[in-house]
Amino acid sequence: MTNHWVDIKNADLVLIMGGNAAEAHPCGFKWVTEAKAHNKARLIVVDPRFTRSASVADLYAPIRAGSDIAFLGGLINYLLEHDRIQHEYVRNYTDATFIVKEGFGFENGLFNGYDPNTRSYPDKSAWGYERGEDGYVLTDPTLSHPRCVFNLLKQHYSRYTADVVSNICGTPKDAMLKVWEAIAETAAPDKTMTIMYALGWTQHSVGSQMIRTGAMVQLLLGNIGMPGGGMNALRGHSNIQGLTDLGLLSNLLPGYLTLPSDAEQDYAAYIARRTSQPLRPGQLSYWQNYEKFHVSLMKAWYGKNAAAENNWGYDWLPKLDIPGYDVLKVFDMMYEGKINGYFCQGFNPIAAFPNKAKVAAGLARLKFLVVMDPLATDTSEFWRNAGDFNDVDPAQIQTTVFRLPTSCFAEEDGSLVNSGRWLQWHWKGAEPPGEARTDIAIMAGLFIRLRELYRSEGGAYPEPILNLDWPYLKPEEPSPEELAREFSGKALEDLTDPATGALLVKAGEQLSGFAQLRADGSTASGCWIFCGSWSAQGNLMARRDNADPYGMGQTLGWAWSWPANRRILYNRASADPSGKPWNPQKKRLVWWNGKAWTGTDVPDFKADSPPEDGMGPFIMNPEGVARFFAVDRMAEGPFPEHYEPFETPIGRNPLHPDNPQATCNPAARVFKGDLEVFGKAEEFPYVATTYRLTEHFHFWTKHCRLNAITQPEQFVEIGEALARELGIAAGDRVKVSSNRGYIRAVAVVTKRIRPLTVDGKTVHQVGIPLHWGFSGVARNGYLTNTLTPFVGDGNTQTPEFKSFLVNVEKA
Amino acid sequence: MSSQDIIARSATTTPMPSVRQVDEVAKLIDVSKCIGCKACQVACSEWNELRDEVGHNHGTYDNPADLTASSWTLMRFTEHETESDSLEWLIRKDGCMHCAEPGCLAACPSPGAIVKYANGIVDFNQDKCIGCGYCITGCPFNIPRISAKDHKAYKCTLCSDRVAVGLEPACVKTCPTGAIVFGTKEAMKQHAEERIVDLRSRGFAQAGLYDPPGVGGTHVMYVLHHADQPSLYAGLPDDPQISPMVSLWKGITKPLGLLGMGLVALLGFFHYVRVGRNVVEEDEHGPDPAVHQVDPAVHPYDPREPRV
Repeated sequence: MTNHWVDIKNADLVLIMGGNAAEAHPCGFKWVTEAKAHNKARLIVVDPRFTRSASVADLYAPIRAGSDIAFLGGLINYLLEHDRIQHEYVRNYTDATFIVKEGFGFENGLFNGYDPNTRSYPDKSAWGYERGEDGYVLTDPTLSHPRCVFNLLKQHYSRYTADVVSNICGTPKDAMLKVWEAIAETAAPDKTMTIMYALGWTQHSVGSQMIRTGAMVQLLLGNIGMPGGGMNALRGHSNIQGLTDLGLLSNLLPGYLTLPSDAEQDYAAYIARRTSQPLRPGQLSYWQNYEKFHVSLMKAWYGKNAAAENNWGYDWLPKLDIPGYDVLKVFDMMYEGKINGYFCQGFNPIAAFPNKAKVAAGLARLKFLVVMDPLATDTSEFWRNAGDFNDVDPAQIQTTVFRLPTSCFAEEDGSLVNSGRWLQWHWKGAEPPGEARTDIAIMAGLFIRLRELYRSEGGAYPEPILNLDWPYLKPEEPSPEELAREFSGKALEDLTDPATGALLVKAGEQLSGFAQLRADGSTASGCWIFCGSWSAQGNLMARRDNADPYGMGQTLGWAWSWPANRRILYNRASADPSGKPWNPQKKRLVWWNGKAWTGTDVPDFKADSPPEDGMGPFIMNPEGVARFFAVDRMAEGPFPEHYEPFETPIGRNPLHPDNPQATCNPAARVFKGDLEVFGKAEEFPYVATTYRLTEHFHFWTKHCRLNAITQPEQFVEIGEALARELGIAAGDRVKVSSNRGYIRAVAVVTKRIRPLTVDGKTVHQVGIPLHWGFSGVARNGYLTNTLTPFVGDGNTQTPEFKSFLVNVEKA
Repeated sequence: MSSQDIIARSATTTPMPSVRQVDEVAKLIDVSKCIGCKACQVACSEWNELRDEVGHNHGTYDNPADLTASSWTLMRFTEHETESDSLEWLIRKDGCMHCAEPGCLAACPSPGAIVKYANGIVDFNQDKCIGCGYCITGCPFNIPRISAKDHKAYKCTLCSDRVAVGLEPACVKTCPTGAIVFGTKEAMKQHAEERIVDLRSRGFAQAGLYDPPGVGGTHVMYVLHHADQPSLYAGLPDDPQISPMVSLWKGITKPLGLLGMGLVALLGFFHYVRVGRNVVEEDEHGPDPAVHQVDPAVHPYDPREPRV
């Protein structure tokens, strides 16, 4: 989230799209209720189904799963056509005025530089800005240059007229225009809309671009950085935000630092490439400090062993030979027989990843599988025959499975990072049962044994293991407090002010923030964005002061929020260019007091930079402003374009009917053999989407009696019209099949899913909740990912769970 | 709560203690804020240590399918198409309404099995319950259920144990959206007024409070978007009244019945004096005492059977 849960109460309008907050985030949803009850906010829900969120919405519009870019692209066009944008914001805080290189182009659904053989854009050199002789980007403040971003944006989305969009999305035009008009009202500088989204946007082959389109709408309306505004990703696990923050993705390091690639053997070049220089005069470009964060990380990991002489242990970092070992890639490799052993810590891949048959076949080719989990997961029993629910022959599976029972979050101390980036410390509520041990103890035990083996027997490359610093009081189980202090960081030597020579921090003391980090090895911080969470004042994550002196809901004394305890990112943009809040009454966040930036939140800005210096509010971008034009950062191109899901009910992209290359995301990665198992509408005529129910949490709560009582048995949701056509009554059992397998479930026949008219055809949608499996106390069911396709987003590789094709029959 | 708080007691003609004068309490359920998450169902089960069966899906979101002796509250989902062809998903938390004039209490023949406290809570005392099921007949909202295990009647207690020590009911505490609130009945009515103003501003001209006068008002009230049509909400009675069967029982049948019982006792006495005691054969089997017998004249259905 750019903002946070409590801040939603400041919204004038709430748009829930690509998510179902009432269903999946009922506790956070209280702030929507709060905005409605006390801020007279209106709630809009756009979703394939009339959801629990829709049940309390003021406006609802149906949409075909997977067509959100068209809907939002149409909205961008509507805002521009009707001049309903926050002009001053767009001119000053975005790249609207920037001039794009001449070679940039878009034709028949593809940007320039496409290579159909590699399904990618190997040459993105034209996706950039024109530079002046001084090296800075050329701009046109009058917005009249034909290649300024504003005009390119206008041109790109001019194709997304209401009729075109309604034809792609199936959304009735009147409902769509009502939604657009309500959203357009928040272009007023003193009004804000918040967008709440979740996996309904991320789990598409164009998921990242859907989210970008939403962000572009927010920028046009001037809603980023504002209280009650922002782009708010609702995270689906209580600590999944912490997972990405700490870099637990194959291509990341903690704090969104990145792993080097194979080609980056040279340390100086690695750093230089990530130390982005300002693209406009007077901009902060905060990533200029990259090396300080990187060196502090290496000092936290390797202690004294990381030194200037060995480039702070740069050679010990793995270098990626491919862009990333995401889960789709890893399970494809497993399927190909290229992986021997797999550690599965706290997740359930056979249930959570697409195409269960392929995942299960991959697991069966392993020599060993280690499952660390509080529950006996379906994955840990992938070899067990559970009848039709898991029809395998155990005799044919030779994988050795080790189950290591772990404690669950309530059985240990530690911090969780919520969607709003708050690090909240929690305390153990009960002892773990039986032989369960903490994940930390298991991983530390593994490390100590591995290190011993490397020490005694050597190995191909023992240094990265042998040189690790392991200063914990109990090496076999470091405490959560020790680890939290390490992530936050400390001074390794006395830190002095370079200008005055005054002592700032004594050696050994905890640091108060990442501004104190240095690239000379005198500081250590395991995750720079967490720096200051455990300062000399102690554990700030454990704070529980909910005082709200300004009544703005920012509660700076409650827990600790990264970065620097800031509650709303880019909050400089909540004030106009002269430094006054756009809405001084109800949206007072930060302002210039004549000498410094101050406010109800910690300013996300250089504290002493006066407004007249013209520093932009988006300090992490070298531009200093937000980007409509994504330059070369996205796989599919600088502007989001609507592409059909890989399993499309209409078989063509209505925007580019004559170009099959532009039907689906042209830059999404498709593995060998998977293209063939994508279903076609002739055989699988209905659009399916998978989702959670509020009564359950993923595949955990089927192990819990009370949850099982409230939703005991697997079901699918079918609209009344389709049910009539197929002769299905509520409560009947149905078989839902895709090109990869089938499930059987009870039919819930509902008025809440209506057929849509898309590209001249009637399209029915089918809803498939995902919580059942072949273990637990709820009634056994089929893993829904038996049905889903093995393809992911072009940038994040997040699987396309939200839009695929199925057939439905009476079972 | 203790006997000091009791202001009415089933099948009892002696005066009530009524020592404590307390404010009447009420639970207000704002249907327009409810997202049907069922957290209240789970909280109710947790606080009261209830564990129902893991049932089946019957083609709806309602689970369990009906109230039972182990499920004292549940969400009922109704899909309603309005005249303007837009859809509403009306979700109502069902459970005991804690009537000011409780039909269950009036109907109950067992002294003290049902009591009403000064704060308005209507509570069942299972120790005194004889499992006759008359409370079901007396209830205009069809709430009490007889347990197949101990043949006693059960329903929501409004967490009388929690309220007695100054806590809100478990469902109120857990409700994530604030759709369920609890306080004095006066305060709840005021809160409802504010909610109704908000709902009217959103186009619900008929928004209003459900506090039906037919049962003297209730201590569980609803804010409804369509207060003119309560029955839209999964059959919430438009104008609940206590069943005429109850007044019949209390009016004529009861004195007649008592007279009959007296005559039987008298005849029995004469029989004993003249014939001597009754001797029962060892191998004679009557009906299984563990099976609760239902009088079909009183019940239109067997409360033990799961209803569809």
